[in-house]
Amino acid sequence: MSAKKGLHLTLKIWRQKNSKTKGQFETYKISDVSTDSSFLEMLDILNENIINEGKEPIAFDHDCREGICGMCSLYINGRAHGPDTGITTCQLHMRMFKDGETIVIEPWRSAAFPVIKDLMVDRSAFDRVMAAGGFISVNTSGNTLDANAIPVPKEDADKAMDAAACIGCGACVATCKNGSAMLFVGAKVSQFALLPQGRVEAKRRVLNMVKAMDEEGFGNCSNTGACEIECPKGISLENIARMNREYMAALVDQG
Amino acid sequence: MSKLDSRIPAGPLKDKWKNHKDHMNLVAPNNRDKIDIIVVGTGLAGGSAAATLAEQGYNVKAFCYQDSPRRAHSIAAQGGINAAKNYQGDGDSTYRLFYDTIKGGDYRAREANVYRLAEVSANIIDQCVSQGVPFGRDYGGQLDNRSFGGVQVKRTFYAKGQTGQQLLLGAYSSMSRQIGKGRIKMYNRHEMMELVIVDGKARGIIARNLVTGEIERHSAHAVVIASGGYGNVYFLSTNAMGSNVSAAWKIHKKGAYFANPCYVQIHPTCIPVHGTQQSKLTLMSESLRNSGRIWVPKKIEDSVAIREGKLRPENIKEEDRDYYLERRYPAFGNLVPRDVASRAGKERCDAGFGIENNETKEGVYLDFSTEIIKKGKEAAIEKHIHNPTDQQIYDLGKAWIEEKYGNLFVMYEKITADDPYKTPMKIYPAVHYTMGGVWVDYNLQSTIPGCFVIGEANFSDHGANRLGASALMQGLADGYFVLPYTIADYLSADIRTGTIPTNSEDFDKAEKEIKDKVDFFLNNKGTYSVDHFHKKLGHIMWNKVGMGRTPEGLKEAIAEIAQVKKEFWADVKVPGDADGMNTELEKAFRVADFIELGQLMAIDALHRNESCGGHFREDHATSEGEAERDDVNFKYVGAWEYQTDDITTEVLHKEDLIYENIEVKARSYK
Ligand SMILES: Cc1cc2nc3c(=O)[nH]c(=O)nc-3n(C[C@H](O)[C@H](O)[C@H](O)COP(=O)(O)OP(=O)(O)OC[C@H]3O[C@@H](n4cnc5c(N)ncnc54)[C@H](O)[C@@H]3O)c2cc1C
Ligand code: SF4
Ligand code: FES
Repeated sequence: MSAKKGLHLTLKIWRQKNSKTKGQFETYKISDVSTDSSFLEMLDILNENIINEGKEPIAFDHDCREGICGMCSLYINGRAHGPDTGITTCQLHMRMFKDGETIVIEPWRSAAFPVIKDLMVDRSAFDRVMAAGGFISVNTSGNTLDANAIPVPKEDADKAMDAAACIGCGACVATCKNGSAMLFVGAKVSQFALLPQGRVEAKRRVLNMVKAMDEEGFGNCSNTGACEIECPKGISLENIARMNREYMAALVDQG
Repeated sequence: MSKLDSRIPAGPLKDKWKNHKDHMNLVAPNNRDKIDIIVVGTGLAGGSAAATLAEQGYNVKAFCYQDSPRRAHSIAAQGGINAAKNYQGDGDSTYRLFYDTIKGGDYRAREANVYRLAEVSANIIDQCVSQGVPFGRDYGGQLDNRSFGGVQVKRTFYAKGQTGQQLLLGAYSSMSRQIGKGRIKMYNRHEMMELVIVDGKARGIIARNLVTGEIERHSAHAVVIASGGYGNVYFLSTNAMGSNVSAAWKIHKKGAYFANPCYVQIHPTCIPVHGTQQSKLTLMSESLRNSGRIWVPKKIEDSVAIREGKLRPENIKEEDRDYYLERRYPAFGNLVPRDVASRAGKERCDAGFGIENNETKEGVYLDFSTEIIKKGKEAAIEKHIHNPTDQQIYDLGKAWIEEKYGNLFVMYEKITADDPYKTPMKIYPAVHYTMGGVWVDYNLQSTIPGCFVIGEANFSDHGANRLGASALMQGLADGYFVLPYTIADYLSADIRTGTIPTNSEDFDKAEKEIKDKVDFFLNNKGTYSVDHFHKKLGHIMWNKVGMGRTPEGLKEAIAEIAQVKKEFWADVKVPGDADGMNTELEKAFRVADFIELGQLMAIDALHRNESCGGHFREDHATSEGEAERDDVNFKYVGAWEYQTDDITTEVLHKEDLIYENIEVKARSYK
């Protein structure tokens, strides 16, 4: 938090009234942006300026601003979550940009994520995939086994945790040229595949989730690996491989 | 006449909950699908409640303002969740967890509620593990625990630094299962705007579809509010940007009492404010205090030089550092509870020793250098490295820190561009959690029949202060294990009622009120944005209803907030239309409620002539600057009843707190 430096920037931002209308880029100028500000704070300042001019501010999704809720999105200069790696847009800071730079800001672009307004998209397809099988069918009655009655090797628990760290942001889908959701679905399938708890219904789970994923209009995975590179939580491609194994085994079993 | 009947069951503390469950009315399984329940909020509290109620067979309608239940603010919790499992064999028990929580809460919480919380805590872990929550394990495959500030046993379960995320994903997956079965109807991107009361009972809500702007009517036999805390009244806090008080405040204005609004937890280890453009404060997990030492320079000229960038903290000699927590609280040192650590930091900054180069010169150091050396030496011994060089020691120590806190260090560096391995972290207290909230009885029912409030939104089981890792515990206890029983007792009278119609006068009226307000905001054509007023309010709240409060300051705050309110309604500018996504309109409704709540917080803080937990009154302090409680006059819950738009007319009701099982003592960490 050293000496403050104000950036002057040109922003090309996608504006779209709603899912029914066509959108277009509009250009905005902004000055004196502190390099300590986050990218979303920069947009807050821009919005404040726009409101003061009596116009409608730019709609974008965000909530926690701590990199964990998965709500923020944004395609910045052609990259999901912007130029830094391993972080979400809310954790991107303006010191990553140069004075005088032009920044292009777009919403996630994928058939399965329709635009709601401006930079906001509808990611409810993820929820529907989850409702198709992203759970362990255990009642929430509290009459479950004692937690330590289900020992889990530390390595498995750690790996399950790594898979479970997915925040459902959709950067993997947005970044994939096929709009595939394999990294997201693979992460969830893997979490449960690695734990003893969900084993009994593992086959049903993977079949249902993959079916729902296809129905939602997500594309196929062609192993380009772009998703892994842009994933803010470092979800590894291994999870896709694990899901494929689970899926094949379930198919074989199904006969 | 006061409606405050806490309905605490009779009998010995340890049997109360069981007895109560044995005697409450039930709704038979075949009757449950005749009953609709609305759940507002899908964080840990609302999510777990919605899943459980749906599974029991009720028709559940769940609402959240985010695009998915998985994004509720609970997702952000880092540290962990407490449970009295005694897996570590260090003497933990239901009683001990109960005792620590009551004491930590400065004897301002209800014994019976807290005991129940401790009792069901162990069940929570079982439940979550069976849902596939990947808690930390040790090599034998058993669950691991860590310890947290303010307690002497290891009872905190964790999933890396993402415990809240994993617990929420567990609740969300259980919800998803019920959504898939059609038992929960999920309303994403919907905001509850108003409660509808029919014949004195909560019978529905008015909601706004945030995507289409449509104002909708939803009826039910009971309404559960699980909308989280109100820390964002301060504008800057560790809460998510959208966290708000509106649902709780709306029911308050319809008759639910609001309890202890002045109890706010200020968390000591957050990244300091960097400038006027900031929107949000970021928490650095409390677990860092296990390894970091907190200090400021001893000499004021060193602080000045640091602020001016002329001196680096690494260059200040050991004897010129003031490790003020270790100095003042030798027994607990850097691990004193949050309120104590926060105030001690403020005290140093107020005295001019703050180190951060910002307008307020606020900030202290959290320094890992001692720990790096200590752990480095230990590692060298373990690895049989004789006569290690300083560099070797440093590298080994750094590796240890990295393994333990690496993700937090990365997060800190991304935000501040400082490398905390090389230079101490800068931290300062920030608003974090609100212990106050809607008053509820033992059944978690508010003073409005049929309107239940759970999780952070109720006045909670935490008293005047909340220990770490206990909010997650309360949210899930309420949602999985308490509300599903107690709500049945209420609903058992409703099996013949039939669907509640939404075409009644009560719905008309509630809907009209909201539509009129929407029209007002969009046509007001004022001069200033909503944020302008929110920041103004936040400024008053932080300065006068913040970490240290004085009667004069509070009186000023009450008057100044009244002024902000007047200006807001005269001069707020909300662009855009009603029939579509309009984020400014959403904020306008929320800030309108924050303004009124802020005033009530100041009023509550003024009336409470004592210091306790998060409520520190500078005029009620010992000569050493420690909080001075007044148990004779203030051992009660202060619950406010709404009267008119003029918040200063609210009426105070007192629920006496009776301690039969615990001796009320002063809290000391010396
Ligand atoms: C950074 C951080 C770290 C924390 N770490 C810990 C920790 O380690 N351990 C611990 O025990 N606690 C921790 N806490 C506290 C804990 O996370 C919260 O107290 C708890 O998660 C609150 O849960 P909740 O279900 O009551 O509310 P929330 O999770 O806040 O959920 C509120 C829900 O209500 C919805 N909502 C709100 N208003 C409306 C409306 N009008 N209409 C419709 N929906 C609405 C929201 O959409 C959301 O779904 C932490 C908190 C923060 C901020
Ligand atoms: S896999 Fe990564 S990129 Fe995809 S949704 Fe999860 S966190 Fe986001
Ligand atoms: S706003 Fe939550 S991850 Fe960015």
